[in-house]
Amino acid sequence: MQKITGDILIEKASALLSSGTVSCVLGWKKGEFGYDVTPAVFSSVEELERDFVYNDFCGANFSKYLVSKTRKLEGKILVFLKPCDTYSFNQLLSEHRFDREKVYAIGIPCEGMVDISKVKATVGEGISSIDTDGDNLLVSTLYDEEPVAVDFKSVLAERCINCKSKKHVAYDELLGEEGDVIENSRFDEVARIEALTPDERFAFWQNELSRCIRCNACRDACPACTCEKCVFDNPASGVENKSPANSFEEKLFHIIRAYHVAGRCTDCGECSRVCPQNIPLHLLNRKFIKDMNEFYGEYQAGEEVGMRAPLVSYTTEDLEPGEALTRRDTDA
Amino acid sequence: MRKCSLDKINLLFAEIAKNAVLYLPVDENDGSAVYKKWEDGTAYSNALNTVRSPKDFFFPQTENLMGFKTLGKTIEVIDTRVEPDDFVIFGVRACDVRSFDILDRVFLSEPVDSFYASRRNHGIIISMACTRPSETCFCKTFGIDPAEPQGDISAWKTETEVFFKSNTAKGENLLTALDGILEDCDNNEVDAQKAKINAVMNRLPLKNLTTDGFGGGKTAEIFDSPKWEELSESCLGCGTCTFVCPTCQCYDIKDFNTGTGVIRFRCWDSCMYSDFTKMAHGNNRNTQKERFRQRFMHKLVYYPENNEEIFSCVGCGRCLSKCPISMNIVKVMKEIGGNKGE
Amino acid sequence: MQVNEYKPLIVAFCCNWCSYAGADLAGNNRLNYPADVKIIRVPCSCRVNPMFILRAFQRGADGVIICGCHPGDCHYTSGNYYARRRMTALFSMLDYLGIERERTRLEWVSAAEGAKFAATMNDFVQQVTALGENKRLEDLRCKK
Repeated sequence: MQKITGDILIEKASALLSSGTVSCVLGWKKGEFGYDVTPAVFSSVEELERDFVYNDFCGANFSKYLVSKTRKLEGKILVFLKPCDTYSFNQLLSEHRFDREKVYAIGIPCEGMVDISKVKATVGEGISSIDTDGDNLLVSTLYDEEPVAVDFKSVLAERCINCKSKKHVAYDELLGEEGDVIENSRFDEVARIEALTPDERFAFWQNELSRCIRCNACRDACPACTCEKCVFDNPASGVENKSPANSFEEKLFHIIRAYHVAGRCTDCGECSRVCPQNIPLHLLNRKFIKDMNEFYGEYQAGEEVGMRAPLVSYTTEDLEPGEALTRRDTDA
Repeated sequence: MRKCSLDKINLLFAEIAKNAVLYLPVDENDGSAVYKKWEDGTAYSNALNTVRSPKDFFFPQTENLMGFKTLGKTIEVIDTRVEPDDFVIFGVRACDVRSFDILDRVFLSEPVDSFYASRRNHGIIISMACTRPSETCFCKTFGIDPAEPQGDISAWKTETEVFFKSNTAKGENLLTALDGILEDCDNNEVDAQKAKINAVMNRLPLKNLTTDGFGGGKTAEIFDSPKWEELSESCLGCGTCTFVCPTCQCYDIKDFNTGTGVIRFRCWDSCMYSDFTKMAHGNNRNTQKERFRQRFMHKLVYYPENNEEIFSCVGCGRCLSKCPISMNIVKVMKEIGGNKGE
Repeated sequence: MQVNEYKPLIVAFCCNWCSYAGADLAGNNRLNYPADVKIIRVPCSCRVNPMFILRAFQRGADGVIICGCHPGDCHYTSGNYYARRRMTALFSMLDYLGIERERTRLEWVSAAEGAKFAATMNDFVQQVTALGENKRLEDLRCKK
C-alpha cells in the first residue's frame, strides 16, 4: 500500500483549491522541531507548499474544528480525516453541529500516531528533528552525534495501540485502501481496574485525579463536548470553578465531563492525548462505553449518522442499577 | 564556593529538613517530574524541569482568603489565614528563579499581597544550574543564564558532586548551618561545568530567538496585526499554557457557599477562558483571538511597558511541550515579531 | 440514651406523581421511617441530573436514593426508563471510582405503596449507617 505523505496531500489539496471545489484546507502546519505540528487553515497553494506537513505527529482530531470553521464559511472546507476522526465526524453530524454540504472530507489511512512523550522517555530531552525510515523514527538530538533509531511501534500513542478501526465511516473521497474495524483490547485496562477492590480503585483514581490542574484541555479538545456554554464555564451554575479546590471538585468535574459525553463519545482518545498531566482520562470514557455495551448491547458512537445513543433510548426490560452491578461482579 | 559529594546529598537534605520543609523535584511514574516534600528515601530527580512550575509555592492554585458567617443581620468575618512554615525549595532552574522576580513585581508592589509576601519571606530558594537543556529552552532570549542560576543559593551538579554558592544573607545562613556536611572548594570545577553548559546552549534550536518587535510601546504597532487571527485559529481555549506557566499571575476571587457560611478564596484564572474578567456588563474579550492576543501582549508588551522592559516570559519551554495543538509563544514571536530566529 | 450515635444524612429524590405521594401515604398511615431522610420532590425521576446526586454528597449526604414510578407507570410515559439507564451508568461509574455502591440506590415506589416507601427508607438508612460517614465523596469545606 502506498504510504500517505505530505506531498500527496499537498498535491490533492492544491488541485481541489485550484479547481474551486474547496475554498480552504484544514491541515497541519510545520513546527519548530518536527513533532510540534499545529492545526491550521490554508487558503492558497502557496501557503500549502510553504507550511503544510503530514507526519507521525498529526494526531489532533479535526472533526471538532469543523463546527467553528464551517460557520462563517463561503464554499467548502477540505478536511483530512483519519479513521478514528471519521467517527467523531459522523457523531457531530448526528447532532447537527455543522453543515455537511460545507465540508469536503478526504479519508486518509492511518498506521497510528506517535506519542512524543514516549519518544522523549526513550531518547531524552533535546530533540532537534525527527525523520523516519519506514519502521523506525530517526530522532536527532542535541546530545547524540548520530540520529537515534526508535521503533515506531514502541512509541505509538495508547489510543493507537488499542486502535478500534482502520475503517473510514464517512468521506467524500478516500486515499489509499479502505481498512476494517479491528479486534482490539481497549477495554482490558478498564476490566483490570474493575477487578480491583473498591479501596484499590479509590486509591488509583484519587492518585490520578489529584494531578488535575483543571486546564480544561480534555473538555476543549473533545469532539463530543460542543456545548456553546459549558456548565463549568457558567458562573451561575454553582459548579463553576477554575481550579480543583479539593478532591471533591476533581471528581465532580471528571465524572460529569465523562458522563456528559457518555453514549456520544467515539473513544477517539483526544482527552488523554491533550492532558498535560498524563491522567488516563480515556479510562473514564471507556468505562461508560464498556458498561453500555454490556448492559444495552454493542454500540459504537459515530458508526452511522442518526443512530440513537443508549442513554437517550430505553427498553422496558432494562436492568436495574443494582442488578447491573452484581451481574458484572459475577461475570468477573 | 562550597561542595558536597553526591553520595552525601541525602544527609544534606536531612539536615535542611530539620529546620524547614524541603521540597525538591521527584520523578513520577510517567517520566515527568513534580515538586514533592522530601522525606527520608525521596530521590532527587534528574529531569530538566517539573511539569508544574514552582510558582505554586508562593502563589498556590487555590488559597482561602477569609471566611464569613451570618448571624441574624450581622456578618462575622473569619480570618482563615495560616502562617506558612519555613520551607526550602531545592533544584529550581534559572528560568524559574527569574519567574519569582516577575511575580514579585506584581505581588510585592503596592498594595503588597500579604499572602504572597509571607510565603516569600518563609521560603529559601536553592537553584540548580542546567546540565541538559532541552530543544524547547529559550531562556537566553530573556537574558537568563542557565549556567548562573540565581536564588538564595546557587548550585551546580557534576557527575559526582554538588557545588553551592550563597547569594543572600538567608542563603549564607543556611549554608553555614550545613557546615558539617559541606567543604570549602575553589571555582575550577564549577567553571568547567559552566563552560559545558554554554557549549550546549550554542547548539539549541531556539538560540537565535530574539524579542525584536516586542517591548513597551509596541501596542499600536502590533495590536491589530492580521497574524493574530491566523495564530489563534486552532487555539482550543484551554488553560494549559497559563497553568503550567511560571509567570502567569492572573487570579479570580470567588465565594464558596459551604451551607453554613462562605469561604472567599482565590484561584488561578486563565485569559484563555471565556469568562475571564467577566463583568456586569459582560465580557470584554469575546473571541478566542482576543483572548489569545491578550496573553502574548501581556507577556511581551504590557508587562515590559510597566516593568522596565522586563519581559514576562522566562523561556522555560513548558507551554511549548504542553500545548495540545503546539501553538506557543515562540511561534508568536517569530510570526509577529518578524524575526525568524535563525 | 446513646451519645454520639451516628446518624446518616440521606437525600431522597422522589417523583411527584408516585413516590412523593407514597411518602405522603406512609405519613398518613403513621408508618415510621427515620427523620434522617430528607425528601426532595422532583417532577419525575428522570429530572434527577447526575450533578444533583454529586452535589448532595458534597453538601454532606451520606446516601442518595432516587424513587420513581414503577416501570410502565410513569406519568410522562417513559421518564423512569431513561432515569433507570442514567442511574445505572452513574452508579456504575461511582463504583468504578471506588465510592461505596451501597450509598446510592434507585427504587420504584407507587402512590399506593406507603408501606414500601417506609420499608425502603428504613432499609436504606440501615445500609448507609453500617457504612458510616461518606468520606470518599465529601467536600471538607462543607463539614462543620
